Amino acid sequence: MTIDVTAASLGVTVGRTRAPVWRRLLRSHSGQAGLLLTAIIAVSAAAAAFGLTPHDPIAQVPIDRLQAPSPTYWFGTDQFGRDIFSRSIAGVANSLTVAIVAVSLSAVIGTLAGVSAGFFGGGVRAPILAVTNVLFAFPPLLLALSLASAFARSWVTIAVAIAIVYVPIFVRVTRGPVLSLRESDFVKAARVLGFPTSRILFRHVLPNILPIVIVQVTLSMSWAVLTEASLSFLGLGTPPPAPSLGSMVLDAKTLVESAWWTMAAPGAVIVIFVVGLNLLGDGLRDALDPRHGDNG
Amino acid sequence: MPPYAAASGGTDAEGVSHVQTVLAHRVTRRVVEAVLTLLGVAVLVFVMLRVIPGNQITATLGTEASAALTPGQQAALRAYYGLDQPPVVQFFGWLGNVLGGNLGISQRTGQSVLDMTLAALPVTIELAILATLFGLLLGVPLAMLSASRANGARDAAGQLVGLAALSIPSFLLGAVLLAFVSKYFHYNPSAQGFARLLSDPGLNLQQMLFPSLVLGFGLAAPIMRTGRSALLEVQSQDFVRTARGKGVAPLRVQIRHVLHNALVPIVTMTGIQFGYLLGGAVVVEQIFSVPGIGRQVLIGLQQKEYAVVQSTVLVIALSFVLVNLLTDLLYRVIDPRVRAS
Repeated sequence: MTIDVTAASLGVTVGRTRAPVWRRLLRSHSGQAGLLLTAIIAVSAAAAAFGLTPHDPIAQVPIDRLQAPSPTYWFGTDQFGRDIFSRSIAGVANSLTVAIVAVSLSAVIGTLAGVSAGFFGGGVRAPILAVTNVLFAFPPLLLALSLASAFARSWVTIAVAIAIVYVPIFVRVTRGPVLSLRESDFVKAARVLGFPTSRILFRHVLPNILPIVIVQVTLSMSWAVLTEASLSFLGLGTPPPAPSLGSMVLDAKTLVESAWWTMAAPGAVIVIFVVGLNLLGDGLRDALDPRHGDNG
Repeated sequence: MPPYAAASGGTDAEGVSHVQTVLAHRVTRRVVEAVLTLLGVAVLVFVMLRVIPGNQITATLGTEASAALTPGQQAALRAYYGLDQPPVVQFFGWLGNVLGGNLGISQRTGQSVLDMTLAALPVTIELAILATLFGLLLGVPLAMLSASRANGARDAAGQLVGLAALSIPSFLLGAVLLAFVSKYFHYNPSAQGFARLLSDPGLNLQQMLFPSLVLGFGLAAPIMRTGRSALLEVQSQDFVRTARGKGVAPLRVQIRHVLHNALVPIVTMTGIQFGYLLGGAVVVEQIFSVPGIGRQVLIGLQQKEYAVVQSTVLVIALSFVLVNLLTDLLYRVIDPRVRAS
């Protein structure tokens, strides 16, 4: 009961009202479209992860180099005769892996840090906020770029670099609500009842900021995908020959005037991917946050 | 003269001076915070660059040649580059140099990093200004179009463009634009050597047009989204209804009453996006071969030039922190509500 009252004052819906959130998400056009696009992308990525692509994404077939789209090669082939459709799908799987690892890391670390900075006093708060400020002082892409090039090139490095860039964002979005939750009656009551701090944090505070974290996770996923692609395009991302959407666009840059499909396919896939995630994020925000409900 | 004016005069002045003291305190705190942040930035940049595999010696001579060096030669080179010093000494040595205006020297070109930065920074600033201009020119009208009828067809169209701006990566837009224009119009101003604004303004603006359009398109998304919700909020307020009721022309209501009051969030959002501009500049400068500060970092990273990357990243972070500080202070000046709270 008390949880519902505070949740309402925070502008988010939690607990027993979870079912209507899904229904509300499905009622909005952006939610429907976002779910559909994300589902298509996720299914194809899963298929590619299990090796279910029409062709081997890294096998080179020199006779078939730079073939236009055809029934055999749906999206054509690149300068090494590799199937662009298979490479795009495998690239999506790679991007998605990097994005999921990066965003999960930053969401967990950032939320824990944000909650601690909001809940505890100066000794805990000051160092967390200092680190957050320093990380915020860099343009995000530049920080990811410098971090990614500081370590050996692999997808793990990229994921960690992106995670470090997004930690401060999760600190910032969670700290504010925790500051007000700390002063709420039900948290005070839990304290008076003598519950241990860990129980208060995990049973009372965290569930109440979960909706905010979920929305932020969805939106961060789209940034993470874009960042991974940008890094690969700059030659500092996923190392070849593993297919990456960014490096496919980079390779296509010199080929596109004679073979348009080399850029069209990976480009379209990135855009569909990111549009889907953005729509889903918008839809979820509208569904979880009544203040955005009508005009969002 | 109302009787209370004279009586309240003194307290008014006190109130103002009190506000000023509080404001001064806050400003000092923000400035101190910014300086501390910059110190943290310097440490982070230094640590990051030390972790990069390989060092100045392998970067200059190549991995094989440096492996063939005798231990004596290696020690001499390490001493030459200062790599034999403890990291803390290296850090403060570097920081002292930077504060004295010595940003180091590029190993490849022998140019001082300060000179390189002074040449590159104005190019990126020009790019950022043009991109902001395009971002506002696209984002604000789109926001007004969307907000003119919430949830209608115009809103859908406006939001669709906003979504596209948010979702199309700048490297893709840049690459497509470059290929399209050079294939069908045989026009590629970037193919010639870069022209500086002051020496050849005509060619310079042609070369800057596409990069700033691409960067500005990405910037239009957050401007459009913030603008739309700010406009919708202002539109629903009583004074707008009053203005309409008075018979003020609709366009005048939209611009003088609604847009005017929605400007603060739009301006703030534009200021916040400065970091996006600097990061995006790396990508766009790379595609269009614009010799700005982003490209300087990228080339430095590829060639493992410690001095160049370290100092350039520090300069970028410094300008980012300064712009944020200025936006924050300016915001307090523009909006009295922030000052009061």
